[in-house]
Amino acid sequence: MTLLRFDQVALRRGGRLLFEGLDLALAAGEALHVAGPNGSGKSSLIRLAAGLLRAERGQIERSPAALADDSLALDRELPLHRALTFWGSSPDRAMEALGLVQLAPVLVRLLSSGQLKRATLARVAASGAPLWLLDEPLNALDDDGAKRLADLVEQHRRSGGAVLAASHQPLPGEWRRLELAS
Amino acid sequence: MIGALITREVRRGSSGLTWLPIAFFLLVVALMPFAVGPDARLLSRVGPGALWIAALTAALLPVERLIEPDRADGVLDQLALHGLAEESIAVAKIFAHWLTFAPLLLIAAVPGAALLAMDGPALARTELALAIGTPGLAALAVAIAAVTAGLPRAGSLAGLLLLPLAIPILIFGAANALLLEAAVSLLLTAGAPFVAGAALRAART
Repeated sequence: MTLLRFDQVALRRGGRLLFEGLDLALAAGEALHVAGPNGSGKSSLIRLAAGLLRAERGQIERSPAALADDSLALDRELPLHRALTFWGSSPDRAMEALGLVQLAPVLVRLLSSGQLKRATLARVAASGAPLWLLDEPLNALDDDGAKRLADLVEQHRRSGGAVLAASHQPLPGEWRRLELAS
Repeated sequence: MIGALITREVRRGSSGLTWLPIAFFLLVVALMPFAVGPDARLLSRVGPGALWIAALTAALLPVERLIEPDRADGVLDQLALHGLAEESIAVAKIFAHWLTFAPLLLIAAVPGAALLAMDGPALARTELALAIGTPGLAALAVAIAAVTAGLPRAGSLAGLLLLPLAIPILIFGAANALLLEAAVSLLLTAGAPFVAGAALRAART
C-alpha cells in the first residue's frame, strides 16, 4: 500500500524552480531520507507532502500525516504533558519512548531545545498517523535522543507506517536515500 | 478538535492580559470629561458615542495576539494537518475572542456610563447596541489579524484596516438603529471566517 506518492511534481518558491519532474512513492514499512545541500528544497518537499504548500505542477496523494519540523506549536505556559494532550490522543507512551516522562509537569517554556525537539517528535509518535514527516529530526538532539528516534522509526515501520525525513546529516537506522540537487 | 481549540483560545484569551483592552476602554472614556469639560448635560449627550469610540479602540488592542503567534509557532500548520479547515479555525477564534472580550466590555460600560453622566435608559440602550455589535467587531478583529499576520508593523496596519471597516457598526450602533446594526454585525460575522481562511492559506510559507 502506498502512503505517499508524488507524480511529476514541480515546486517554485520565490520565483526559483526548486525541482521539477519529481517522482516519489513511499509504501507502508518504508523510510526515505531526503538529502541535499542547504536551499535544495528539502523542507519544502516535506511541506508539500504535508499539504501545506501547493505544487506548481504534478499530483500528490497522501495518507493522513503527522509533521515534526522546527516550529514548536506547543503552548509555552502549560506543563509539557498538558500541552501535548491538546493535540489529541494520549502522549504517555510516546513520552516514555522519548524519555520525557520526568518532564511531564515542567512548563514548556522552561525546556531546552533538545527537550523541545523530543516533544515535537513525541507529538508525531502519539498521533497515530500512518505517515510521519520529519524535517531535520536530528537538530538539537543528543546521541540518546537520536537512538530513541531510530528505535521509534523502526517500530513505526514494522507496524506498517512510513517515514519521510529531510536532513543534511546521515540518519541512524536504515533509510532509502533521495538526493536533491542544489 | 474544534472544541479543544475554542477551550484553548478562551484559556489563552482570559489570562492576565484580558484586562488590558478593558482598562484601555475605561481610560479612553475617562478622558472625555477632561476633553469636553465637566458639563453633565453635554457629557450625557456625547456619552453613547464616546462609549462606542472607546469600544472600537479597545477592540484594536488584542488584534496582534489573535493569529500571528500561532502562525509563527506552527500551530496553524499542525491544525491543518489535523484536518481542520482554515475557516473552522477562524470560527473558533472569533467565538473565543468574543467570549473573552464582549462580556467584560459590557460590564466595563457600566462605570464608563457613570463617568459620562449617562442615565439608566441611555446606558441600557447602549449596552444592547454594544451586545449586538460586538460579534461583528470580534469577527472583524480576527479577519484583520489573519490578513496582517506575518507583516511588519502589523499592529498599526491592523488599526488602519479595522477602524474604517467598523464604521457601519459605529453609525448604526451609536444611532441605536438596532436592526441595521444587527444586519451589519451578522454580515461581518458570516463573512469574516472566509476572509480569514483565505488569508491564513495565503500567509503560509
